[in-house]
Amino acid sequence: MSARTDTWSSSGVREKATRRGWGPGGGLGLGRGAGRGRGAGGGHGKPEKWGSPVVYFVALLFIAVCVAPVLYMVLGGFRTNAQITTSPAGLPHPFVTSNYTDVLKSNRFWGEFANSVIVALASTVGIVILGLMVSFVIARYDFKFKGAMYSLFAAGLMFPLVIAITPLYIVIKDLGLIDSLVGVIIPQIAFGLPTTVIILVPFLRAIPKEIEEAATIDGTSRLGFFFRMVMPLSLPGVVTVGILAFIGSWNNYVLPLYILNSDANFTLPLGVQAFSSQYSQDTAKVLAFTSLAMLPALVFFSIFQKRIVGGLTGAVKG
Amino acid sequence: MSDTLGTDTAIDRQSQGAARAGDAATPPSPAARRRGRGRMRLEIAVLSGPAILVFVAFVIFPVVLAAYYGFYRWKGYGPPTDWVGLDNYRLILTDPAFQDVLWHSLLILVFSLVIQGPLAIGLAILLNQRIRGRALIRVLIFVPYIISEVIVGTGWSLMLQSTGAANDLLKHIGLGSWQQDWIADPKLALWTLMAIISWKYIGFAVILMLAGLQSIPEELFEAAAIDGASYWQIQRRITLPLLGPTIRIWAFLSIIGSLQLFDLVYIIWGQYVSGTAGTSTMAIYMVAQGRSAGSYGYGSAVAVVMFLISLVVALIYQRFVLRRDLRGAVTEGVS
Repeated sequence: MSARTDTWSSSGVREKATRRGWGPGGGLGLGRGAGRGRGAGGGHGKPEKWGSPVVYFVALLFIAVCVAPVLYMVLGGFRTNAQITTSPAGLPHPFVTSNYTDVLKSNRFWGEFANSVIVALASTVGIVILGLMVSFVIARYDFKFKGAMYSLFAAGLMFPLVIAITPLYIVIKDLGLIDSLVGVIIPQIAFGLPTTVIILVPFLRAIPKEIEEAATIDGTSRLGFFFRMVMPLSLPGVVTVGILAFIGSWNNYVLPLYILNSDANFTLPLGVQAFSSQYSQDTAKVLAFTSLAMLPALVFFSIFQKRIVGGLTGAVKG
Repeated sequence: MSDTLGTDTAIDRQSQGAARAGDAATPPSPAARRRGRGRMRLEIAVLSGPAILVFVAFVIFPVVLAAYYGFYRWKGYGPPTDWVGLDNYRLILTDPAFQDVLWHSLLILVFSLVIQGPLAIGLAILLNQRIRGRALIRVLIFVPYIISEVIVGTGWSLMLQSTGAANDLLKHIGLGSWQQDWIADPKLALWTLMAIISWKYIGFAVILMLAGLQSIPEELFEAAAIDGASYWQIQRRITLPLLGPTIRIWAFLSIIGSLQLFDLVYIIWGQYVSGTAGTSTMAIYMVAQGRSAGSYGYGSAVAVVMFLISLVVALIYQRFVLRRDLRGAVTEGVS
């Protein structure tokens, strides 16, 4: 990663690329290609490109604070309990992999992993499809209740899951969906819609009217326009929304806590909690389990980080 | 509507398309327009129906239901029958335990703003300079935000135990006298929580601020520099005011988040210890007094109180703080 990020080239390109660096996802690759391959040492000739050392010092300090606890968990999983007891803040010496391999060999971890994947994928698909359809209506149709519809979803931002959890539990219970993954998926879709609508509506609104008119002249219905033009053109927004939905679902705790009772249906957050209270004496294994549970969200995030940050940029900038 | 569906042939669609395309030149016949409008209504219904249905059924309806259950003493079985009027609310508002959690939530709200805000702005300004490895920095500072509350809670509670890594580290660097019982000590627990909250959420704040900084045209800084403005003058007179909308929206998200805080406290302290350690929040109270105690009526009433508090805070904030920029900043977004 660092080699790729360290490759600004000539100053003109660099200036543009730098401006784009924090901007919406799409622009990131552009300024970079030219300088790729110069490697980290490329800047020695022109020290001004490096900026002030104070900045690097503060940045490194900040990163250390952010990452150290996570590293502690990951490294702790490579130690034995004896090591952890005698020197809680030490490094693995020697490295043991048995904690990780034990977890990776257990059905328990993979069962919970599978539940988390099912819930996250189904929620993401639901949020994206329903969200895209309703955002399309709000963005591209003219009708009386358009504003009201938008306000309805925007107001949803003020109803976080925690507030509604007690009655939601009763609704799910009445529907007979307690202790089933569907009982987690459907409410997650519902609670994911507000963010989705707020991010996607501007995206869809930004598709030029001319494209729609051209499509109409060519005999495409508005629905045809939706499937053939809107879907591909709004892809960046859809990806952002999808990633946020996936990570939100992967990390959700309150809803599964209320809805899922039996160990076989646990998602990873519930699994981590259950595991850590069950093996409270086996700290090393708890750390290994915890580290493995956070891995998928981290991997997912590092692959798509430009999109996430780009989406946030889009939602905030004036 | 059904007959529109029946007569909807390709020819129909084409003529309608032609009519729409020619809007400016020749207005379509009333019949064609009626047919077009019927079809449009159908499309609106089909496209927005599922989302609205799911949203109303699982977001709006439960909140309305909470208001209804809040008037009953109810154990969650069968329909509620034991109407108690406003008794639940009277109990909540006079319960010293609720006043405690309200106070904790308020402290968390204020300190989240006061600690994270200035720190995030400062870091964002610093990191917005042209330095190498910005993309990597951006990923790394976002890591705590991406990890789930459960994992953060599990990890930190292991580190902060009295025999944990934090105290061991203090001993190793010669600050053994600073060792504390970070989690259980009521004098410290809330500050421990604030530290963990800041650690978890500051990356998000920094990323938002960086995004806000990116939307400030560079020409403004250049012009100010040419006019002889110092670095600090530029930050105070240009950066901060223009970052205003971002700061105000971040603060709004932070406030709403603080009022809902649940996962972290529940994982690290649990519903009982959080009471004695002084970290319990409104949501913890709601779960402890509602579901755990089997009193769904009372729990629903607590949910309503929480919702009203959030709503009032949000409305006041929007009315007085966000009014100017909400439209341009959140609702219009990318366009």
